Amino acid sequence: MKQVTQWALSKAAARDVSYADVRIGAQQSRALTTKNGKVGSATEAESVGLSVRVIADGAWGFAASAGLNRAAVEATAARAVEIARASARVKQSDVCLAPEKPVVAEWTTPHKIDPFTVSVEQNIELLLKIDAELRSVAGITLAESNLNFNREEQWFLSSEGSDIHQTKISTGAGYAAYAFAGNEIQKRSYPNSYGGQWQNKGYELIDELKLLENAKRIAEEAVALHQADQCPEGKFDLLLDSSQLGLQIHESVGHPIELDRVLGMEANFAGTSFLTLDKLRTLRYGSDLVNVVADARQEHGPGLGTFGYDDEGVPAQCTPIISNGLFTGYLSSRETAHTIGENRSGGTLRAEGWNRLPMIRMTNISLLPGEPPLSLEQLIESTVHGILMQTNRSWSIDDKRYNFQFGCEIGWEIKNGKRARMIKNPSYSGITTEFWNSLDAICSSDEWTLWGTPNCGKGQPQQVMGTGHGAAPSRFRGIKVGSAYR
Amino acid sequence: MLTEGQAGEVFDRIRKFASADEVEVLFSGGRSALTRFANNTIHQNVAEENYAVSVRTVFGGRTARASTNKFDDESLRHVVRASESVAKVQHPDPDLLPMPDTGGIGSPTQVPPRHFAETAVITPELRAEGVRKMVGVAERQQLTAAGVFSSGESIDAIFNSRGVSRWHTQTSAEISITMLAADSSGWQKANSPDVANLDASRLAEIAAQKARDSAHPREIPAGKYTVILEPAAVLDIVGFMFWDYAGMAVLDQRSFLNGRVGTKLFGENITIWDDVAHPLQSGSPFDGEGMPRQRLVLVENGVVKRLVYARGTAERVKRSEFRDRVGPVEATGHGFALPNEMGEMPFNIVFAPPDDPRTVDEMVAATERGILVTRLWYIREVDPYEKILTGMTRDGTFYMENGRVQGGVRNFRFNQSLVQMLSNVEMMSVPQRSCGEESFDMVVPAMKVRDFNFTEVTRF
Repeated sequence: MKQVTQWALSKAAARDVSYADVRIGAQQSRALTTKNGKVGSATEAESVGLSVRVIADGAWGFAASAGLNRAAVEATAARAVEIARASARVKQSDVCLAPEKPVVAEWTTPHKIDPFTVSVEQNIELLLKIDAELRSVAGITLAESNLNFNREEQWFLSSEGSDIHQTKISTGAGYAAYAFAGNEIQKRSYPNSYGGQWQNKGYELIDELKLLENAKRIAEEAVALHQADQCPEGKFDLLLDSSQLGLQIHESVGHPIELDRVLGMEANFAGTSFLTLDKLRTLRYGSDLVNVVADARQEHGPGLGTFGYDDEGVPAQCTPIISNGLFTGYLSSRETAHTIGENRSGGTLRAEGWNRLPMIRMTNISLLPGEPPLSLEQLIESTVHGILMQTNRSWSIDDKRYNFQFGCEIGWEIKNGKRARMIKNPSYSGITTEFWNSLDAICSSDEWTLWGTPNCGKGQPQQVMGTGHGAAPSRFRGIKVGSAYR
Repeated sequence: MLTEGQAGEVFDRIRKFASADEVEVLFSGGRSALTRFANNTIHQNVAEENYAVSVRTVFGGRTARASTNKFDDESLRHVVRASESVAKVQHPDPDLLPMPDTGGIGSPTQVPPRHFAETAVITPELRAEGVRKMVGVAERQQLTAAGVFSSGESIDAIFNSRGVSRWHTQTSAEISITMLAADSSGWQKANSPDVANLDASRLAEIAAQKARDSAHPREIPAGKYTVILEPAAVLDIVGFMFWDYAGMAVLDQRSFLNGRVGTKLFGENITIWDDVAHPLQSGSPFDGEGMPRQRLVLVENGVVKRLVYARGTAERVKRSEFRDRVGPVEATGHGFALPNEMGEMPFNIVFAPPDDPRTVDEMVAATERGILVTRLWYIREVDPYEKILTGMTRDGTFYMENGRVQGGVRNFRFNQSLVQMLSNVEMMSVPQRSCGEESFDMVVPAMKVRDFNFTEVTRF
């Protein structure tokens, strides 16, 4: 593969570029689903190709092709240069990259069991057992389950001398039970909605998730929701489980700290951000308890945002985002670091695959757990009147990331430290900084989970990326609840 | 570009490598390029050429799919083996039909030409020239522009071992632009198979005017308002209901149409077709099994008339408890590639023209008090059966009073039932090809809707 990348780098160099990098990617995936006792889909896929990114005349060009013979590779490199020169026709200033020491490295996602070594037969058997367990509960009208495995091997070489061979492996699994009755569809998912839990791990994740053990309870809850009371409307103390809080972090912290959004680069599609540059180290983002990091390092855990090097060869890092409530950092790249006074990228540039331009993406954006020991049950015991919401059902936030509304699958009214009743169709809404400033308790590390969001969309053409979000159940005071059904 | 002859040769090799009872091969891909600009600068500029071959094999009621983008013999042998090995370990599915053959598949649906040579050969320089024009509009008005100008050509094809062979190629071009002012913004987007239908300068001028006219937005309280939704706003919100027009969605009891087909769900003035051959539509005229996409009336004068079906779904519904409650049941050419769990969906939505079409300006003139909405954003489903959707307004939200636009207002969050919305439509424009960011392209009108439910206001 090095020879192939050298063909591209040499061709670009001969065309007088100031910078070039080449990525060759080989992606492999397996996706299996079941629905109501049968296999829903069963697919294996692979995709291999090369992309060339260059700066010429002070502007960016990018081209990608599946062709890996010398003629195709050189044509792709020449095309990238041609595109860069066209870009230079409409520019305000030259692109300038923060310096980065070239790296020669190998990196592979730590894993115990390569998921592709587990037979499809065994995969399907597990899913059908889960499916049967879900449908054993009277009232379940639809049961769905899924298993997903991905491997992405990449060779990255740059004109500055970087030479990085990296292999990332991820595993995902989950299921959902639906109950349709009267004029209502209720649903419960496990371990999370929209595909379950995903991590950069091997097949060992599947055993850790205790999928089968939880299936009956989840199905029973879906049916029981039909008898539950509607979520009340008003201001309540709100307790969120860690998976819903993970998505709250994703939407109301992760996206607004993307420096490309802040600088207007995503204005036409994903939007901009309320976190204008003047807010760095001046904005009280949250209460004193709020500590958020962007951590791509393996020591943070096996999140979907964990890697050795980003897609422009910058090593994984940990950046403090919110420190004791103060806003302290953005997600940056080599091109954007200088705008916040940094002389080095934060290492967050990633691409969906070999055929996509890398862009600033969340790594693992995590709320650190509280230090005093505190379990979810203890948090409930300390709540006089509140609502506990679990598992996301809907999510929406404006294009500057101020106003959000989330719906959850199930809620519990808490009265005098006890779950008083189940409630259906729970939702809450608010303004980002007001919400984070209302946080008054975070459970401790025993309750902390590094959740995976496999479906984060951004960019044009749109790219889908996996991100990680660590969170422990937390409590927020005086939150607006129930207006989704007003 | 991959040619039909080259694809046929690849299919022949795959057939030789396969031992399955039946083999089906899909081809997709093409050449695409996208020039992206922000802060009045081209900051991303990409191009790609890639093709995927996707192989489905069947052994006695067991099926699976594998795909690759490598067409050499070794890779094709590998992808056939992958498909066959996953198929073989499954339990036979009694509902899996034999692949369609040339006799049973019917004649291809005839669609207008959708491949335009001028669009296929757009260069990076031509796209940069288009961007330069749009940035020029921004600079003359002290605004900041962000957007895209993309172009490409693509193929979709299907071959199966029963002799079916379908091939579709088309071009596409798209321009989207956001104009940013200090505290306001405006947006426009258009696409077409033929770049000659796109006018970059005009789109930029409209977006710029929206940014200027919505400057210094004031906050007005949330509540129920009469709204005028421009076509992009209409398509982005109504797009969320068309998944439910799948026969499979009714079988799964996850559709808001369960128990409602044949009933008057929307206003008398709402008639909706699915019509791949409509001159303003795009896309291939066959589905994931090669079946011709039929023109269907989904809703007529507010009554939900029927659903769409893949071949297999139609047979299952005919044997189900729902068979007498869902209108005509037959394969309609709307299935996804097998195997899948979603079944089918109508993707070529066309709203019927109203009896008395009005322009947006005429709707404004006829509005005592209300909100004019350019586009909607981050729409998600709150309630699947009542079809309550939430989302935000964006990039040009205006207050209207006494028949005139009075200026920009801060953006709203809505929580609105689609069923109620389509029962409250008071006026419509002539439907036009429209595109947004939340749903697929459609031919839709602007709509004046009463009692649209805004529940919150954001900070800008």
